[in-house]
Amino acid sequence: MLETYNRMVVDLLTDERADRVFHALSDATRRDIVVRALEGEHSVSALARRYPVSFAAVQKHVAVLESAGLVTKQRSGREQLVRSNVETIRRASRLLDQIEALWQDRIGRIDEILADDEQRGTSR
Amino acid sequence: MTVKDVTKDPKALTMRITAELDATIERCWQLWADPRQLERWWGPPTYPATFVDHDLSAGGKVSYFMTGPDGEKFHGYWTVVSVDPPRALEVKDGFADENGAHNDDLPITSMTVTLNEGSSGRTVMVIESHFPSLEGMQQMIEMGMEEGMTLAMGQIDGILAEG
Repeated sequence: MLETYNRMVVDLLTDERADRVFHALSDATRRDIVVRALEGEHSVSALARRYPVSFAAVQKHVAVLESAGLVTKQRSGREQLVRSNVETIRRASRLLDQIEALWQDRIGRIDEILADDEQRGTSR
Repeated sequence: MTVKDVTKDPKALTMRITAELDATIERCWQLWADPRQLERWWGPPTYPATFVDHDLSAGGKVSYFMTGPDGEKFHGYWTVVSVDPPRALEVKDGFADENGAHNDDLPITSMTVTLNEGSSGRTVMVIESHFPSLEGMQQMIEMGMEEGMTLAMGQIDGILAEG
């Protein structure tokens, strides 16, 4: 996980990205959305209820944060869920680990099939 | 160890797995080209896969379902993007409903398989997957794997029975 954070820090060092991050964080509502996203996932509509602005305005704020790589938005049924990017990468890592395990098992089964060939003397 | 390298990128949602198999390229190709062989390894013993259509030509369709312990069926399909037997295969891997109709609500994974000569008659198989979203990855895990231990125990039983 440390590696992930380090990579994020390295990403922040590119000028263009830094501009987007500082612009994204220059607004109080957007800063608040980032803090909430770090605490857990929230739907755009739930966020919209918290601020005295329109749903469309919140969507725009989320889009700015998304393009700065601070949050990610994902559709879940009718809702759009906003998560902090740190949590998204963490989840992606966990899922990739599980998919790796799936392929390790598959390759284990392939080994067995190939070993069967040899036992039966049908190796091609 | 058969698996030589695993490279995962949680930002790009990609994984590359490299394995060295103890057989010729032609033999390893059969693992993909023969649906009865695919069935022996694609699904875990608790979720065996049954391949229904299996057309490994460009634009061709491969469809399969996996049967869970309670008889529940999970349907999937591949659309063949390109094929170069016995060395390369690229497919789009998606989910389908119980009638085999493509479920476009669930994201589609790209998978590329390449087979190359390894040392002393072995074959290096590289599988590269690009996942479209976390949802797609989650679904794939739900369909494709069981708790590791149950699985390992079943396989050990299988080996002992065959011996």
